[in-house]
Amino acid sequence: MIGRRSFFVTTAMAFGFAFLYVPILSMIIYSFNESRLVTVWAGFSTKWYVELFQNPQVLNAAKLSFKIAAINATGAVILGTLAGLALARFRRFKGRTLLTGMTTAPLVMPEVITGLSLLLLFVAMEQWFGWPAGRGVTTITIAHMTFSMAYVTVVIQSRLSTVDESLEEAAMDLGARPAKVFFLITLPIIFPAILAGWLLAFTLSWDDLVIASFVSGPGSSTLPLVIFSKVRLGVSPDINALATIMVTVVAIGIVVAGLYMQRQERQRERDVQAALAGNSP
Amino acid sequence: MASPRPEARLEPWKDPAAEPYVRIEKVTKKFGDFVAVHQVSLKIYRGEIFCLLGASGCGKTTLLRMLAGFEQPSEGRIWIDGTDMTGIPPYERPVNMMFQSYALFPHMTVEQNVAFGLKQDGVPKAEIRERVAAMLDLVKLTPFAGRRPHQLSGGQRQRVALARSLIKQPKLLLLDEPLGALDKKLREHTQFELVNLQEKLGVTFVVVTHDQEEAMTLASRIGVMDHGEIVQVGTPSDIYEYPNSRFVADFIGSVNLFEGTLIEDEPDYVRVSAAELGGTFYVSHGVSAPPNATVWVALRPEKITISREQPAGDEDNRVQGVVAEIAYLGDMSIYLVRLATGRTVRITQPNIRRQAAVSAERITWDEEVWLSWDAASPVVVTQ
Ligand SMILES: Nc1ncnc2c1ncn2[C@@H]1O[C@H](COP(=O)(O)OP(=O)(O)OP(=O)(O)O)[C@@H](O)[C@H]1O
Ligand SMILES: [Mg+2]
Repeated sequence: MIGRRSFFVTTAMAFGFAFLYVPILSMIIYSFNESRLVTVWAGFSTKWYVELFQNPQVLNAAKLSFKIAAINATGAVILGTLAGLALARFRRFKGRTLLTGMTTAPLVMPEVITGLSLLLLFVAMEQWFGWPAGRGVTTITIAHMTFSMAYVTVVIQSRLSTVDESLEEAAMDLGARPAKVFFLITLPIIFPAILAGWLLAFTLSWDDLVIASFVSGPGSSTLPLVIFSKVRLGVSPDINALATIMVTVVAIGIVVAGLYMQRQERQRERDVQAALAGNSP
Repeated sequence: MASPRPEARLEPWKDPAAEPYVRIEKVTKKFGDFVAVHQVSLKIYRGEIFCLLGASGCGKTTLLRMLAGFEQPSEGRIWIDGTDMTGIPPYERPVNMMFQSYALFPHMTVEQNVAFGLKQDGVPKAEIRERVAAMLDLVKLTPFAGRRPHQLSGGQRQRVALARSLIKQPKLLLLDEPLGALDKKLREHTQFELVNLQEKLGVTFVVVTHDQEEAMTLASRIGVMDHGEIVQVGTPSDIYEYPNSRFVADFIGSVNLFEGTLIEDEPDYVRVSAAELGGTFYVSHGVSAPPNATVWVALRPEKITISREQPAGDEDNRVQGVVAEIAYLGDMSIYLVRLATGRTVRITQPNIRRQAAVSAERITWDEEVWLSWDAASPVVVTQ
């Protein structure tokens, strides 16, 4: 009975993981393919990687994407933290429920609609007062901020709701003004959530295709836009190489962050146990 | 009950000319329609340990938070050191608070936690180091200076919280259930430490607690709260010996309460007939109540004498019953005696001699006994 169930579990797990990782694995393997034809294996080669790093279009798109993602993440974290703070800390203001609903609405809004409405807004704004002039980096960044801010707000708000409000009161009681309380107490305590929010906003922007395709202009093609347009002309192995690099970077990031958090948690548990045991310093 | 306070203590509340350090005047706090604190007026004097005592949810924390400035009174005013506190934010009040949850900053070490208040005042670094070191020494936390709060035990955390709230040498320290998280032994020890500290530093303490024993041990005076109102203010012995209502008598310690009718009302004594007792109380203090009014007589269990022989004297202040239950608690024994009326009376007697040595003469279950008490022992309350 136990053997059969564990066999079933193992099979299910194998299928699940295969479903998740076989596509990525095949992409990684084919990125080392000698042949230009994606579906025919012609021997091992790293020439697509070399070619990739000599392709200015891809490199520029990557740089642009990185820049937009970083600015977006920073802006979204600032706005999201303020919104999260307002939602979590000011209990009794009018329209709180409405505001909560409105910050989370972009999470479920179809991206096509978000993109389209932003495009219409930008066009109208340009007609009224000439800003933003045309579509480009600015419009993409603003568009990304509007939807990634919603995610950051949710992350920060949920973290803040677990922070004991009396910590802030204690700081105020000891003579710190509200602004100082925020920077000395609240911010350091919610810093992991802010970091998580930053990374989340960064990745949301980094891999966004739909919204960017609405609000980008000539000369402001982000990496996903470039990949997509290249793929439409036929899948070339250098895209496989590019994707492999992106997957590797993300994987390393996740593993490092995971290990770091695990170590912190273990350290904390040890500390708590030592304290409970009431031993000497 | 042993009090760690010295016998000869100041009693400024008896001096009508004395200027109170904290004056609370008709303060009411409403949360929406809910009245958490209702028309509270209090005077607290310099150097006092004033205990706010009451059941959970009666508004103790709310009153304390209004003193600290975290809540604004809906009505009424608070003066501290002669200054009206209306509209003054917490960071500008000469008050520090020790929180019910300690509220230690988790991302700072013990040392940084304690230093926080001084840093906000822009005290020079060298002085901060010196004062923090002295304070950590005072609360015996020097070996733990570099630890984070989660690396400390409950008692150590409590001392960090205390050190942090004392470091600015506030004139008024508010303590919200300061010893709630400690076990009994550590609690008693810390109570004495708190009193010592208070005497050394000359701070005025307002302590919130729902533990009446703790209030009796610590307080110079106790304010008993019930449903947002202060029902009695007085020294621990005042409150214990002369409760002014059934609620206070019942809340502080244990008590036998008898409903009765005032049958004789003279300035220096009263006589109350109590149907439940099946007899009369003769009480050697007057009460202000109309004749034949319904009153209650409160009689503490330790003030009743239990014996086999009929006590001498007249018919008042004694009754006959049967022992229904005996509980041996080590230092004392509790007897539950059932009267002819069906009412059970609680009596406590100290165990002065060893049980075994006196087993033959001890009162046991189902024995007929006489209960009697002094005319000065019962207290008559009218509400
Ligand atoms: N911010 C608030 N909003 C609404 N009601 C509140 C608020 N703070 C306190 N109350 C209510 O006021 C009453 C008194 O609360 P308070 O915290 O002062 O009680 P307490 O005497 O300190 O109780 P405990 O001994 O359990 O700490 C409670 O019924 C509580 O529900
Ligand atoms: Mg409380």
